[in-house]
Amino acid sequence: MKFVKVLGGMALASLLPALPALAQDAAPVAVIDTGDTAWLIVSTLLVILMTIPGVALFYGGLVRAKNILSILTQVFGAFSVIALLWVAYGYSLAFSGAGEGGFSAFIGDLSNLFLANVTPDSVSGTLPELVFVVFQLTFACITASLVVGGIAERMKFGAVMAFLAIWFTFSYLPIAHMVWSGAGLFFNMGALDFAGGTVVHINSGVAALIAAIVLGPRLGYLKEPIAPHNLVFTYIGACLLWVGWFGFNAGSALGANGVAAQAFLNTITAPAAAAIAWALGEKLARGHASALGFVSGAVAGLVAITPAAGFAGTFGSIVLGAVTGFVCLWAVVTLKPMLKYDDSLDVFGIHGIGGIVGAIGTAIVADPALGGFGAENYAMGGQLAIQVLAVAVAIAWSAVIAFIAMVIVKALFGGARVPEQAESDGLDLSSHGERAYN
Amino acid sequence: MKLVFAIIKPSRLEEVRQALNSLDVHGMTVTEVKGYGRQKGHSEIYRGTEYAVHFLPKLRIEIAVEDDQAEAVSAAIRDAAQTGRIGDGKIFILDLLAVTRIRTGETGASAL
Repeated sequence: MKFVKVLGGMALASLLPALPALAQDAAPVAVIDTGDTAWLIVSTLLVILMTIPGVALFYGGLVRAKNILSILTQVFGAFSVIALLWVAYGYSLAFSGAGEGGFSAFIGDLSNLFLANVTPDSVSGTLPELVFVVFQLTFACITASLVVGGIAERMKFGAVMAFLAIWFTFSYLPIAHMVWSGAGLFFNMGALDFAGGTVVHINSGVAALIAAIVLGPRLGYLKEPIAPHNLVFTYIGACLLWVGWFGFNAGSALGANGVAAQAFLNTITAPAAAAIAWALGEKLARGHASALGFVSGAVAGLVAITPAAGFAGTFGSIVLGAVTGFVCLWAVVTLKPMLKYDDSLDVFGIHGIGGIVGAIGTAIVADPALGGFGAENYAMGGQLAIQVLAVAVAIAWSAVIAFIAMVIVKALFGGARVPEQAESDGLDLSSHGERAYN
Repeated sequence: MKLVFAIIKPSRLEEVRQALNSLDVHGMTVTEVKGYGRQKGHSEIYRGTEYAVHFLPKLRIEIAVEDDQAEAVSAAIRDAAQTGRIGDGKIFILDLLAVTRIRTGETGASAL
């Protein structure tokens, strides 16, 4: 099943090398490109590093010492669980299916249950299909891991795993299908999402927000100081995220080519601009440019450029990054306290809001008149409308599924939160029987 | 016997130790503590949240001395630990009822 992700990628994927014609052969045989394949394998590794230990440390350093192992374990557990679910049915539901009729606009079919029709010889574009399977697996895993940030320091471990499994099945898979599969609703609307601004970031940001609201705030939230216990971990995690993101964005070109190179460059310029914007904003508004602010800004910029990575020109990406740096700073510093929700680690503020700005901003920066790489006859107004619609549907879908998943999980586990004493003692001790620091 | 205990700024520890050495003081115990008197704390900002941190890091030094040494030790600590700014600390002198050296079982002044 050939998957088409990107307008440029479509053009590239259809350029199958011509083989010397044999008398019996009418059609060319799909052949892999070893350069593309090698790059995608490396990209996959980079995205894995983004999750373990990138996200794990980024979040881990932000929580209290008594809860760090719970974060590391929830991320590791999510990675492992989602990886298996992906192989079992995720890949099939996201990307397989004849693409006509029924629910094919919303979800694929089970023709590739347990990768039934995928062999080492199967080809997808210029890659072995298995490489594409694993590459996409890592996207599903990091998306689920991101949600952990919203429910940090207070949720039962089993409940976290169950929640993520349900949400992955009913929100991640349909949205991935709708955005990236040839049969998908948003894909056919013409929505642009190069590497997953909607599929990964808006999806996880909204889910984290809903889960955080349903769970309720941590004990002592807004009354006692709950300060990060190790910002050095957060810094290391952020650096791993940035470096890994080159695989996330440039790898989404599905080839080792010029589109990948532009995406690669944009993955430096946008976060650099966003980091500086956040730091500047913080300095002006609050007196200091903090280390946490710098790295948070960079992550916000990375989130924003994700949907635009292969569509934006270099200067467009700088502007998009800078704007997102300021907007996410505002979201985290002003919007969150205003609405009083305890999205512990700002998953919504950075991934949700950053993803929304990026997805909508993609319509602007993709305009060839602004140095972008949108199709010929590009109409910014029309594209903006499409992006907004896709974003709105994704937000609503993710929110509803996250809410239902929390309700189910609360029923299954007799409450999703750990008891108060367990929360005070710290999840490392109460949920995992361990201490990180002795 | 007296127990002299002082709260001092962490940066003054080395000066205090040297000053006490020259007074033939046989040892001391140092603990890291947090506290405040008139010195104001500071605020820390992490993304959306600002915390007022009231407690400042200090060191607590404890020394067991003979009655006639207490004044001299107290004065030496004060000279060495002073910076002239708010937050220099305080020195307390308590009556010490008994002392035992664990290794030998000696008690009283010979255990100091």
